[in-house]
Amino acid sequence: MSYLSHADLGGRPNAERVQPEPEHEIFHAGWEARALAVTLAMGATGSWNIDTSRAARETLPDYARLSYYQIWIAALEKLLAERQLALPDELAAGRALHPSVPVARVLKAPDVAAALAKGSPTERPGVAPARFQLGDRVCTRRQRVSHHTRLPGYAHGKQGVIESLHGAHVFADSHAQGLGEQPQWLYRVAFSGVELWGADAAPGTSVAFDAWESYLEPLAE
Amino acid sequence: MSHEHPDHEHSELGEMELRVRALETVLAQKGYIDPAALDLLIDTYQTKIGPRNGARVVARAWADPAFREWLLRDATTAIASLGYSGRQGEHMVVLENSPQRHHMVVCTLCSCYPWPVLGLPPTWYKSAPYRSRAVKDPRGVLADFGVTLPEATEIRVVDSIAEVRYLVLPMRPARTEDFSEEQLAEWVTRDSMIGTGVPREPAR
Repeated sequence: MSYLSHADLGGRPNAERVQPEPEHEIFHAGWEARALAVTLAMGATGSWNIDTSRAARETLPDYARLSYYQIWIAALEKLLAERQLALPDELAAGRALHPSVPVARVLKAPDVAAALAKGSPTERPGVAPARFQLGDRVCTRRQRVSHHTRLPGYAHGKQGVIESLHGAHVFADSHAQGLGEQPQWLYRVAFSGVELWGADAAPGTSVAFDAWESYLEPLAE
Repeated sequence: MSHEHPDHEHSELGEMELRVRALETVLAQKGYIDPAALDLLIDTYQTKIGPRNGARVVARAWADPAFREWLLRDATTAIASLGYSGRQGEHMVVLENSPQRHHMVVCTLCSCYPWPVLGLPPTWYKSAPYRSRAVKDPRGVLADFGVTLPEATEIRVVDSIAEVRYLVLPMRPARTEDFSEEQLAEWVTRDSMIGTGVPREPAR
């Protein structure tokens, strides 16, 4: 398998406690705020999409050792270098050494509020009718894929029930690979704890997640 | 995510400050970013967009049955009517807790979170322990937050992995019938809207 995500953590053994945090603690160092802002601003240039940046983050070999915003910065540097927008010698020198590459847009201060309020909706009209309806029983795909995907590792080859139709949305798998939006129907599918975890399942628990249509197969009656 | 000892952490923070500053300088010199836009982005998420937005949504739903019905049917539009919309909340769904079912939201694949109503996610939401354990051992995770729910209550974990963003509508606390919307909002904690907490009386 040529593609390995280090971010697919659901259900993995982990004995650490979750550490609650007060509401007002957003950043834990000044650079974290700058890391957030520079990542959002470069995303706004249109040089890549959000799925491409997720793929860049989850494939960092040292993902597990990095803090959250360290992951963001390492992935940003990778994307910049891949597109020749900024090269490692420039980042080491702390100044531009090579000509700029044209970008589609630059987010200017007066446009920030409007850009945030608009966001980037992913629902797309005009796709073929939905294959599944509420209450349909489905099975998630068994095969692993060698590219970015949003089907969690713990949920391969599992049987669930369609509980919501979200309309057709940009397909993350193709979008991340630069293959276009290729929108598909998106569903919320519910799974019993026993189906996902077998005898290990905690009593009285269930999991639901959103799955694109091509992740799902109808379950034979 | 973990550090061997404080000295190491210290030098690492200094290193990151320098690294991010260098990055920002190069990108500004190349004309890709406007430093004033970066300041504004940070200010927005530090002072304007945070969990008090979501608390107002929840308080309105508790106080106004018609709004609650709208929120559960079409959350994106209902939430936008209070002025909250956009980035990382383009497609909203609200899940209502009941004595029968408690919802808890996670993103096991990264850190998907409803920014317009809750702001930026807390560190624990993005951490390996939460993302690993929430789907398999939600009652254990709730215990880390000091929350114990009745055994008869189903815990429904929602793994938020596409572009739909989820907000939990917690149960309205007892003996709040006479409260104004503003008073109700004070009981709504960020964690109660993620599902790792329940509403609680504000500290005086």
